[in-house]
Amino acid sequence: MSISADIIARCQSIYEDLDFGLARAWKAAVPGRKVVGFLPLYVPLEMIHAAGCLPLGIFGGGDRMEVIHGDAYYQSYICRIPRSTIELGVSGRLDVADGMIFPFVCDVIRNLSGMWKIMFPQVWTKFFDTPQNFDPAIGGAYYVEELRELKQGLEQLTGRTITDDDIRHSIGLYNENRRLVRSVYAFRAQAPWKAPASDVYLLMRAGLMMPVEEHNRMLADYLAAIEAEDRPRRDNVRIVIFGSFCEQPPLNLIKSIEMAGCYIVDDDYALVNRFLTEDVAVEGDPLEALSLSYLRHSVETSCKYVPDEAEKGRFHIEAVKAAGAEGVIYATPSFCDPALLDRPMICGRLSEASIPFISFKYAENSGQMQPIREQAGTFADSIKLWS
Amino acid sequence: MSEAVKEPSMLMQKEMIARNYEAITSKHETGRKVSSTFVPGNLNELLMCFDIVNNLPEINAIQGGMRKASGGFIMEAEKSGHSEDVCTYVKADIGQMAKGNIAPNGKPFPAPDVLLLSYTGCYTFMKWFELLRAEYKCPTLMLHVPYEGDGHATKNMRDYIVKQLKEVVIPGLEQVSGVKFDIDRLRGYLRASARAEDNLVWCLEQGKNKPSPIDAYFGGVYYIGPIFTAFRGTEDAVTYYETLRREVQERIDARQGPLTPEGTNFNDQKYRLVVEGPPNWTHFREFWKMFYDEGAVVVASSYTKVGGMYDQGFRHDPDNPLESLADYCLGCYTNRNLPTRVDILAKYIEEYEADGLLINSIKSCNSFSAGQLMLMKEVERRTGKPSAFIETDLVDPRYFSAANVKNRLESYFQMIEQKRQGARSAA
Ligand code: SF4
Ligand code: SF4
Repeated sequence: MSISADIIARCQSIYEDLDFGLARAWKAAVPGRKVVGFLPLYVPLEMIHAAGCLPLGIFGGGDRMEVIHGDAYYQSYICRIPRSTIELGVSGRLDVADGMIFPFVCDVIRNLSGMWKIMFPQVWTKFFDTPQNFDPAIGGAYYVEELRELKQGLEQLTGRTITDDDIRHSIGLYNENRRLVRSVYAFRAQAPWKAPASDVYLLMRAGLMMPVEEHNRMLADYLAAIEAEDRPRRDNVRIVIFGSFCEQPPLNLIKSIEMAGCYIVDDDYALVNRFLTEDVAVEGDPLEALSLSYLRHSVETSCKYVPDEAEKGRFHIEAVKAAGAEGVIYATPSFCDPALLDRPMICGRLSEASIPFISFKYAENSGQMQPIREQAGTFADSIKLWS
Repeated sequence: MSEAVKEPSMLMQKEMIARNYEAITSKHETGRKVSSTFVPGNLNELLMCFDIVNNLPEINAIQGGMRKASGGFIMEAEKSGHSEDVCTYVKADIGQMAKGNIAPNGKPFPAPDVLLLSYTGCYTFMKWFELLRAEYKCPTLMLHVPYEGDGHATKNMRDYIVKQLKEVVIPGLEQVSGVKFDIDRLRGYLRASARAEDNLVWCLEQGKNKPSPIDAYFGGVYYIGPIFTAFRGTEDAVTYYETLRREVQERIDARQGPLTPEGTNFNDQKYRLVVEGPPNWTHFREFWKMFYDEGAVVVASSYTKVGGMYDQGFRHDPDNPLESLADYCLGCYTNRNLPTRVDILAKYIEEYEADGLLINSIKSCNSFSAGQLMLMKEVERRTGKPSAFIETDLVDPRYFSAANVKNRLESYFQMIEQKRQGARSAA
């Protein structure tokens, strides 16, 4: 196996391990260590790290877990991620998590945070609301205080004080992580045949389940490996994925899109590790720095308000241009209010910018890939034909 | 179906609503400005300070549902690319716009001058107004109300809201209306709000009587009408709640139940229920009938708290005007976390001596619905009273299955009977 294939094989086994063995081993290695789970999307990982905890990314159960109990908690018209997350909880798989952070994405996750409080009272559970006002003096000031509250919660959980220097140190590590992640994305946009989307996806997902220091080394090794390796180049079209920032598609779906003739050159899969697009300042007040970075340099998703009508969709159009993409696949989880309410607006703007797009819905446990493959294949053909 | 029989308070409300629609649709003649805004976190007193007329798209969607027009609007919106999965209030609104946007008074709705996005307790609000903004291209003022994730409001949340009011909402409304903000005018309106709120709470609490003189769900949607919409802070609302209180008092004195749409007093109350979730609007009377036909009265509900939880002690406070608007927004029912909702519902069951909890789960509404199954189990565990779960939608007639709902209700009432018999034989 090539070096990159080795790395990806390791990532796949971490990603597939729904007992979170890596987190368990990390916790067992030193007495007193704590693991803090988090759901998508705008999570200040630095704070968890600064508390000496392992941030553990929870993205539901995917297509490898049978949901036995979770369905009894949710009506059929609610997306999959909360029910499979509940399944992870009630089946004991998530008992490794001493704390859980539920950041704002939508009302489903918001309410799930309350369910967690009731069902798992021994777990420190925090709903973390991000500002929808982006003025530093208003939303920024609010956010700084929310971070302070988060810090206090983590201090109570761990019994240790988190200093500003602890946070600055974590910011430094995550800045490095984001730089490396951006490099992988930039490399893929340039030579997508060398960095298949499914590989990059696994690399990122596994990264959200391991210590950041380890992920940084892994990313550097992966970059070095793929630069040196060669793979056959196909006549694929270049597309960007939007709408997949929360519940994740099965890995096979990502593979199917590529097999249908589309290179994914940018995406919003599991955005947590790259929602900040620039370095966070390591000088000054670290909470202010995190707050300002969120206000000024966080990616746009349907979970954020866009204050200016003229700006609506611009983020998406610019992402398409920056990645040199020829089209967009707007792929959303079924019943996903945020992505689906946004869809007409975003796709309307793509149309105005003459960017071709298709849209479809998926579930984390979708099994039938044939329709997706056909749709993506037809889309790729039509781009080739008309470009 | 025959025209529903109405009490004086209902007629009064009908007339108030008609006047408000007239004020909205005549804006070009009168020169008044119109805002669109939502029910939870509704800042009616503030809008009044700028002489702005308040139009509420949720209420228009409800009206569309009751007039049986919403089904067509929703299909229209779905045809133009809106997902079948999202809230049908939004689609009813957008579909109605596509079909000429005619107000209940038969005149066209004018474009709003401002969208006041009071973002309280529901994610959908944010995208709903982004969608409307794209259509109307008018100023949009966002008031972000943080969710009470830990079950209480914090100083930081309150400060954040007050700052937005001072620096975003008030200057924005001044600009739209050309009227200077006068905090004493706001205090005056808030004083009137509190008087109306006192009487509303009194009326809602009369559900504790046996027989209950009110129906806190089907009747409740009328009782909350003025205070949840364009009238909180007006003298009209004060008078309305005085009238309502008199009506309720008369029924208590006569040991009578609430009036049904058929014009009879519903006195033979066999089951007392607490209901969680909004009602279905497309089959409202049919739905209500399923309850009183079986002898079930609703003694308390959560839906009557979406526009403010006055029964938990909150009142608008003229001495702290902006802070009290912030507290009001924070405390709306769906802005409270799930454990708090469980506490409230369990408390209602005890205080109103109810037989159990019925959940009407709404397909449209993740804000209410996500987590309701656990909420049901938890309330059941805490109170020892049986619960039941039905599923409908707000304004999409495709999701109202009368036979299913009726079946579920009948088995629920049987369950309550069995429970009672069990308790009797154990005694
Ligand atoms: S998939 Fe969509 S609806 Fe479901 S929890 Fe995530 S953001 Fe919310
Ligand atoms: S999702 Fe629920 S609360 Fe939000 S607008 Fe729709 S019905 Fe109202």
